[in-house]
Amino acid sequence: MKILVCITHVPDTTSKIKFTDNNTQFDKTGVQFIIGPYDDYALARAVELKEQSGGSITVLNVGESDTEPTLRKALAIGADEAIRINAFPKDAAFVASEIARFAKEEAFDLILMGRESIDYNGGMVHGMVGELLGIPSVSPVMKLDIEGNTATISREIEGGKEFISVDLPFVAGCQEPIAEWKIPNMRGIMSARSKPLKAIDSETPGSKTETKKYELPPAKGAVKLVDTVEELVDLLKNDAKIL
Amino acid sequence: MSILVYIEKDQGRIKNSSLEAVSYAAALGEITGDKVQVVSLGEAVEGEAELLGKAGAAGVIQVTDDRLAAGVIQAHAEVVAQVFDKVKAKTLVLAKSSLGDAVAARLAVRLEAGMATNVVGLPDLTDGFVVRRSIFTGKAFVDTGIHTENKILAIKKNIQPVKTDGSAAPVENVTIDLPGETFSAKITGTEKATGEVLLPEADIVVSGGRGLNGPENWGLIEDLADALGAAKGCSKPVSDSGWRPHHEHVGQTGVKVAPSLYLAVAISGAIQHLAGVNASRYMVVINKDPEAPFFKVADYGIVGDAFEVVPKLTEAINALK
Ligand SMILES: Cc1cc2nc3c(=O)[nH]c(=O)nc-3n(C[C@H](O)[C@H](O)[C@H](O)COP(=O)(O)OP(=O)(O)OC[C@H]3O[C@@H](n4cnc5c(N)ncnc54)[C@H](O)[C@@H]3O)c2cc1C
Ligand SMILES: Nc1ncnc2c1ncn2[C@@H]1O[C@H](COP(=O)(O)O)[C@@H](O)[C@H]1O
Repeated sequence: MKILVCITHVPDTTSKIKFTDNNTQFDKTGVQFIIGPYDDYALARAVELKEQSGGSITVLNVGESDTEPTLRKALAIGADEAIRINAFPKDAAFVASEIARFAKEEAFDLILMGRESIDYNGGMVHGMVGELLGIPSVSPVMKLDIEGNTATISREIEGGKEFISVDLPFVAGCQEPIAEWKIPNMRGIMSARSKPLKAIDSETPGSKTETKKYELPPAKGAVKLVDTVEELVDLLKNDAKIL
Repeated sequence: MSILVYIEKDQGRIKNSSLEAVSYAAALGEITGDKVQVVSLGEAVEGEAELLGKAGAAGVIQVTDDRLAAGVIQAHAEVVAQVFDKVKAKTLVLAKSSLGDAVAARLAVRLEAGMATNVVGLPDLTDGFVVRRSIFTGKAFVDTGIHTENKILAIKKNIQPVKTDGSAAPVENVTIDLPGETFSAKITGTEKATGEVLLPEADIVVSGGRGLNGPENWGLIEDLADALGAAKGCSKPVSDSGWRPHHEHVGQTGVKVAPSLYLAVAISGAIQHLAGVNASRYMVVINKDPEAPFFKVADYGIVGDAFEVVPKLTEAINALK
């Protein structure tokens, strides 16, 4: 099975978010970048599927050259080759158009992504790629098993889950507990150095949206600590006016 | 021209987040002069036309096809795309949800629409079309300009009050020819808690953390949630340990909630947990450790043992009724 896994290169979940240039640029200083947590689940499941039934895993990122260490990490976890489409990821539609263009030529059996990127939180790219390629898209996927040409999926819905049966190829946006995150071992890290990492040019002309300005939310006031539940109920009733 | 709203139903009711989307569209329509049409898939629920009209809809397009009762992503996208053309819409508004996101993504391609998700306010039209969105899991906002004629806005929970002053909307029944391949991903079953307040929809959420020691102590959370008419949530270690189902796990890698009141019991307030709750209007923390990071972002708090404080709180709330 030929699997494509699309990964983001995003600030670590504990990062403090800051902006520069009059709030028009994300400030990368002091920020540690990681594989998006949901993308990490997608990659882990891809590695398991390959262990079960063979095949190959290609990881792909649409990004500038600073994302290459993140792609190398994905190679260390178990991908066979990495592709970087050289462009600043302007928005979900731009990224989807690049991914679809690449995927069309390669005829993957399965395209795995994260349920959402943790920077822009759109949860959009997988559905867009599905539509661009004319194949089904399913997200958020909590369980994915493949038997022959058919996948059995459990998809999270509000308050429960839904079971889906779909034939390959399709696109899935993954989340836990689809697999356990895999930590690269020494052998993986060594072999990742010699695995191919290729940069290709972007072809999507423009984007439909434009970032104007960032803003941080206002700082929170100090907490009001109380000693008794009566005082708390009073605050909820008369201060917050919720009860 | 019109603004089209895609709505979702749950357990025979229109989701509150969908009504918020209708009212958002109505507020937008007041600025642009457009009328709001709603596309309703599957069977109509009781009092639907009235409820949607009150919330701001000028008309409802009812597409009754039994196969649409389940949220088949491609089929829903196909129907909405056709209705979008039919009502000559330029803007599609919907509430962010697991189904809404999946449908909207396919529509963005189909309609060649610029898309904004996690929208937190009405657009500014003074210089183009600029909407504010929540990004970095609630840690920041961005103002996004959309250049295309067709636009899709997926709005965040609790940013638009539901209107109740509109009049009943006329319903037009429409049949849409659905190609077989739009059902190629088959839904074979669902497993769902019934009669419960849906976590992402809830106005009050009561969440429990690892400090509660085990699933046998969850009665504490259930009783308080019942007293408040609240939905139940939990922290990640709690669902990882199987004390609670995964769909109750709140945070960066779980459900993002935006209730009026979030009540956190025995949760430390790790940054990844806060990422899922920072859009709450009020946050109350009950924790025995005064140094717990959650107190830094909470509005109200009690430093104390959950096993003593929570039953008393439940009692005090029940006494209000
Ligand atoms: C990539 C990544 C993503 C993550 N995503 C999420 C996420 O989406 N959601 C999430 O929740 N976590 C997430 N985490 C985990 C997060 O970092 C924390 O480990 C987790 O939130 C801690 O859960 P907790 O507060 O329940 O437990 P703990 O940190 O163990 O805290 C328990 C708290 O209970 C208090 N306590 C104990 N006994 C009592 C008592 N009797 N009465 C009152 N208080 C008591 C303690 O003082 C303590 O503050 C993520 C971590 C990573 C690395
Ligand atoms: N720049 C990118 N490069 C590769 N994959 C991406 C990129 N952006 C998003 N994706 C994939 O699409 C998923 C959903 O992203 P989003 O729609 O931004 O929430 C992510 O979890 C990734 O798997």
